[in-house]
Amino acid sequence: MLGFIVKRLGLALLVALAVSAIAFFLLRLSGDIAVAIAGEGAQQADLDVIRKTYGLDRPLVVQYLDWLLKTLSGDFGTSIYFKTDVATLVFAKLPVTLILGVSSLAFALAISIPLGVLAAIYSNSWIDRLALALAVFGQAMPNFFFALILVMLFSITLRWLPVSGSGTWLHYVMPTIALGYYTAPAFMRLIRAGMIEVLSADYIRTARAKGLSPYAVVITHALRNAAVPVVALTAVQLGFLLGGSVVIETIFALDGLGYLAYQSITYKDFPVMQVIVLLLSVVYVLLTLLADIANAWLDPRIRVA
Amino acid sequence: MRFFDKASTALAATILAATALATPAFAQKAANTVRFAYDQAPESVDPFFNNVRIGVIIGANVWDTLIYRDPATNEYKGQLAKSWKQVDDKTIDFELREGVKFHNGEEFDADDVVYTLNFISKTENKVVTQGNVNWIAKAEKLDKYKVRLTTKDIFPAAIEYLAGPVVIHPNEYYEKVGPKGQNEKPVGSGPYKVTNYVPGKSIALELNKDYFKDSPKPQPKIGKFEIRFIPDRQTQMAEMLSGGADLIMHVPKDQADQLQTVPTLQVVSGETMRIVFMQMNIQDGTPAPALKDERVRKAIIHAIDREAMVKNIVGTGSRVINTICFPSQFGCTDEGAARYAYDPAKAKALLAEAGHPSLTMDIVAYRERNQTEALIGYLQAVGIKTNLRFLQYAAMREQIATNKAMLTHQTWGSFSVNDTSAATPNYFAFRSEDITRDAAVRDLLEKGNNSVDPAVRKEAYKAGLKIIADKAYAVPLYSLPVYYVANKDLTFKAYPDELVRFWEMGWK
Repeated sequence: MLGFIVKRLGLALLVALAVSAIAFFLLRLSGDIAVAIAGEGAQQADLDVIRKTYGLDRPLVVQYLDWLLKTLSGDFGTSIYFKTDVATLVFAKLPVTLILGVSSLAFALAISIPLGVLAAIYSNSWIDRLALALAVFGQAMPNFFFALILVMLFSITLRWLPVSGSGTWLHYVMPTIALGYYTAPAFMRLIRAGMIEVLSADYIRTARAKGLSPYAVVITHALRNAAVPVVALTAVQLGFLLGGSVVIETIFALDGLGYLAYQSITYKDFPVMQVIVLLLSVVYVLLTLLADIANAWLDPRIRVA
Repeated sequence: MRFFDKASTALAATILAATALATPAFAQKAANTVRFAYDQAPESVDPFFNNVRIGVIIGANVWDTLIYRDPATNEYKGQLAKSWKQVDDKTIDFELREGVKFHNGEEFDADDVVYTLNFISKTENKVVTQGNVNWIAKAEKLDKYKVRLTTKDIFPAAIEYLAGPVVIHPNEYYEKVGPKGQNEKPVGSGPYKVTNYVPGKSIALELNKDYFKDSPKPQPKIGKFEIRFIPDRQTQMAEMLSGGADLIMHVPKDQADQLQTVPTLQVVSGETMRIVFMQMNIQDGTPAPALKDERVRKAIIHAIDREAMVKNIVGTGSRVINTICFPSQFGCTDEGAARYAYDPAKAKALLAEAGHPSLTMDIVAYRERNQTEALIGYLQAVGIKTNLRFLQYAAMREQIATNKAMLTHQTWGSFSVNDTSAATPNYFAFRSEDITRDAAVRDLLEKGNNSVDPAVRKEAYKAGLKIIADKAYAVPLYSLPVYYVANKDLTFKAYPDELVRFWEMGWK
């Protein structure tokens, strides 16, 4: 088990490094950062000063290695745009994104588990079709569009919820629904498939034969087993939600990491963008690793693979 | 059942809270607070360390300048300076106002002016827009309320800059906290003071009760301004519709037209100093050599129906321009300059005469894409096919500066400086974006920039602008309007410098 974890950890580290390198070079491909920093009307002399100040006149590989070494030693640098310490900036925004990620996940599970179970119990009935329709709808609709529909309904027509901001818990309701609804279908289909398989298993027939109530059979015996793969998916989806919050946070002007990522890309604020990309990739990789370990722990056959 | 009891209590609480949130407009008026949503957060609140519009707006409301330009008459009045006198070509003496206090209680005097001007003039202090400050040589204290300013060269636009971007900081505070501290806890002497600032998220301003009574800026009336940064245009519109915001700006014409029909809102539009024009690359090694032929350039101007564009897609407040500067700017004129009416037949004839009945070239653009598309349509109609390369501003500038651009769809806002020196020379005085490079034009513009006699300046700019027009070096198009959408109870006026003057606003 230990060897397995060490191997996976090493792999995870390499993935995080690769992601940071790709992000670094992609940002450079998108245009001259000095010109972006200088703004409207800057002259050649201004550009030269900026290139020197930020070390942009050095070869790209040198710049990347320099950044990497500093980052590994705990120096995340200073934001070019906001002129403050990147670490402070990023960690100040983290809670909003975490709240949004966790609440979206909770929302996704809250709708997908009952629907998935019902769809399995009444498979091929109208309930199953309805659940399928909701799943297709959730996957097919872009989340920014769904977000705007929610705004129209709950903020403009009904006036129940504030449009944007992060002041109170009410501000999180629509972003949570918009982000969570998009991930719900994956859970729902997984639970449905798992439940159908489990419900036809021998021990369920035994449980029924023993005269247990249908509730006890479905919830205590079947769902517990069907939910095992969901645990693994949850970890991965949480990573996806943290990354997916870029669009949702921007639309709802939620002052989190996703919004900061959007701003840093817009202003070519590469020290901030690099740290966000690295942080999110590390989180994602760690969550995947956790899922791997959980799976391996649950199912010894995976360990040798 | 207990669960359902709890659930229904929560639901009732939600509805109550929602109702409280849903009674917006009147509550705002009663609270005397204006909520202003803007799409872009400033990099710093210190006016010398940002180059975005919202930064200029906050700067003008939180700080004061030595001189004030009356936006209605363009007349200069004393603000922190009581009076000023041009001593010689490069020296101006200021007599300062007594009894003015900064928001932190620090008293205003010559030390503040001398410190600020000397600080910003040094390149090592890295003021973002160097053009706003690099004309200052030094400032000296003559006595507690007298200051002498020396410019590096003869710089007639000094007064305009001193009435615009050059705000005065409190020297004791600034010396202690520097630009970083001034950004975190900004202190000025203006009609509003900053009470809370969360970088990238929001900034809250409160009326300065002790604002000096004889300031040419009228005494502020609105108690509080809450500026929130909302990047998404649709979200801003939704905030206006749901009563979550009282003011937004830079609304596109089509969306402003829609909001016009909402009874709780008003749409205010006005002309801005931002001019729109097309450049044509005729430098050595241009990728579009056909543009070197004056007839081709004239054909391009004749091909475009600027009046129709203004009326149909640009919007209320815009006007057609004939020279590359904004009409109210000192020295800007189209008197005697060639004009080119919309005449596609003539355009075709000129192209045929030049031996180019059909042409293909690239056009680079970075904003108002619908306008670029209209330009492309007009050019197509006379036989010029264009490939649109719609880029980020920085990328487009790179194309222009490296001699890769052919036609450009440019705009320029002059940093709201009401002087031609802030406009035309940027594109015709051999700076990085000059793709015409006519030495005669450069010399005339430089003369306009560096003469102290207003008559000489006017004459030089006029002659330079005339050559640009007569030789068809660029296509002057129109000024851009700006659309604001505001709560209908708000009194609000739009100005060409796009400065939102909080101190003028009130409730109807």
